[in-house]
Amino acid sequence: MIVKLLSGDQPRSVLLTLLLLVTLVCLAGAPFLFDGVRALDTAARICIFIVLAASYDLLLGYGGIVSFAHTMFFGLGAYGVALASSHMGRGFDALLVGSVSGTVAAIILALLIGLFSLRVRAIFFAMITLAVASALAVLVSQFSGLTGGEDGLTYKIPRALTSANRMGEFMGTQISGKILNYYLVFTAALILFLLLLRIVNSPFGRVLQAIRENDFRAEAIGYRVIWYRTMATCLSAAVAALAGSLFAIWLRYVGPDTTLSFEIMLDILLMVVIGGMGTMYGAVIGATLFILAQTYLQNLMGSASEATSALPLVPDLLNPDRWLMWLGVLFILSVYFFPTGIVGRLRERRAS
Amino acid sequence: MTLAPDHKPTFANLSLTDRLGKAMPVILVPILIVLGFVAIGAPSSWLTLTVSGLAMGMMIFIMASGLTLVFGLMDVINFGHGAFISVGAFVGVSVLIALGDWTGAASLLLNMAAILLAVVAAMAVTGALGWGFERVIVKPVYGAHLKQILVTVGGLIVIEQLIYVIWGPDEIFINRPEMLKGAVTFAGAAMEKYRLLAVGIGLVLFIAMRMVLRRTKIGLIVRAGVENGPMVEALGYRLRIVFVGVFIAGSALAGLGGVMWGLYQEVITAGMGEEMMVLVFIVAIIGGLGSVEGAFIGALLVGLLQNYVAFLEPKLALVSNIALMTTILMWRPQGMLPVVKAK
Repeated sequence: MIVKLLSGDQPRSVLLTLLLLVTLVCLAGAPFLFDGVRALDTAARICIFIVLAASYDLLLGYGGIVSFAHTMFFGLGAYGVALASSHMGRGFDALLVGSVSGTVAAIILALLIGLFSLRVRAIFFAMITLAVASALAVLVSQFSGLTGGEDGLTYKIPRALTSANRMGEFMGTQISGKILNYYLVFTAALILFLLLLRIVNSPFGRVLQAIRENDFRAEAIGYRVIWYRTMATCLSAAVAALAGSLFAIWLRYVGPDTTLSFEIMLDILLMVVIGGMGTMYGAVIGATLFILAQTYLQNLMGSASEATSALPLVPDLLNPDRWLMWLGVLFILSVYFFPTGIVGRLRERRAS
Repeated sequence: MTLAPDHKPTFANLSLTDRLGKAMPVILVPILIVLGFVAIGAPSSWLTLTVSGLAMGMMIFIMASGLTLVFGLMDVINFGHGAFISVGAFVGVSVLIALGDWTGAASLLLNMAAILLAVVAAMAVTGALGWGFERVIVKPVYGAHLKQILVTVGGLIVIEQLIYVIWGPDEIFINRPEMLKGAVTFAGAAMEKYRLLAVGIGLVLFIAMRMVLRRTKIGLIVRAGVENGPMVEALGYRLRIVFVGVFIAGSALAGLGGVMWGLYQEVITAGMGEEMMVLVFIVAIIGGLGSVEGAFIGALLVGLLQNYVAFLEPKLALVSNIALMTTILMWRPQGMLPVVKAK
């Protein structure tokens, strides 16, 4: 049963299995295990970013394609929900219409970009996605009448999903709509993740890996490389858009900074690379560690910066705003020294 | 011994359409200028826009030329190129601010000397940075595109953040030197002096680069290396050294482009390189990766189109470039003047 749910792709390492189980249990019981709004918010973010990173891994790790437009698809899903909710009024129908239209838009855009750039050379894809994504980000901030510009959009979601909806007490925790909302995010994320796991372990996923290893040979065997690459792009775009919709439902706010910025793109890249490219579990580990570090480590950097304030330059380097720099260093080092990521390392240990 | 048979082959003349097709990329620029004239209508604003479009194109070309050559020569795509643009701008502007007396004086000589010093400083710093970048970041990942992209993006982040550490998080405003402020009026059209200067510098650089590439031995080796690297190495040239040289030169040019762009915008931010990267990539792609001439034409097209569209429909300026790229890729999937065979 469990093997089937995981599509026959088991973690293949005791430590990894334990880590994944801990993550799963913590996320599943987050409202009851941890106190406070911040912990719940962190847990929801982890769920969403696991899906986002996993969908990116489908492209980067399994397809060997670098895209810089993943936040664009994420943003399309998020803005879909935001626009639908602010124009149709609060309601589940608005959420549904928004997610579906955002996802469809993401698929169409991904199809167009894929057909255009993957036809020639995979390296074009990285450059073209960067260009298109930044153009879209500029468009979103310019058409402020529709998208709220830099300020973004705030909107209402169905009352059943907000903390105003109180449903009694359970295990000493006040059950509110917020918790219901969390479980909506959690369940959707779990289903999407298992779906991705299914995809990469299907014949389609195998062909994709073959293309990653040697596209020329795959073409010679008779697989239409462009078709597979474009399909992978569309699939990952669709899942990213759905993750965006979840994010919009959870936050009740969308803005360019939270959904479209290049920083988010880098975050995703980092999650996938650190967790381990080409293993869906890598996305889980990467996203969880990253969000935890982002939420709690930045405070630590702040205090370290204050503690060293007497020294020259050091406090500037340790300033929490320079968090991204250390990520960059970490990123370069991890590409050099452990390209297989945490999951790859754990699996190697078992093999030797 | 028999003589070679009297043989005078006659070559078929290329048909007009063939010749037009070959020359088409070059013709595109005047076509765009004429179309711009038709769409805008007013000659004076058209002239102003054309000059600023050409100026912008020249600056983008300066930034893009290094990137495209580096790719052509070593099959290395450097996503960190934008960082050199920012660093160049910050170094150059710092020098200009330090030389405030010279830039403030109403003497063309002093102004030019200040700019020259700023440019030299910026190019030296970015050149050195490029050398370090090549050694530390790029060298270990030759031949692996995926890793190259990832690692150079990492380099971009780190350098950009270091700019924040050194120069602080705020944008820096800069005044142009005294003699470059204002505009000259010609046929009713106001043309900023600085833009004319930028066009001049860009043209000189392009011609110089073409001369180096076409007329000198080092240019010959570079071009041959782009065409067929292993063969050049087999002939005994150490392409690796040539490549490092081109990488340094390309980084220095990005720095120069950064200073010029900073003075053009009169404000610099650490993120400016990242923004320019988008245009640089578009230019490199539509020109054909590896082709300096292609990048030149592409840059002019992008600059002109962006200015015309910004005048006609401001919100669509950046999108127009994407549309341009799409159109050109539909027409020529490898870019206008492809040099590197698909790898």
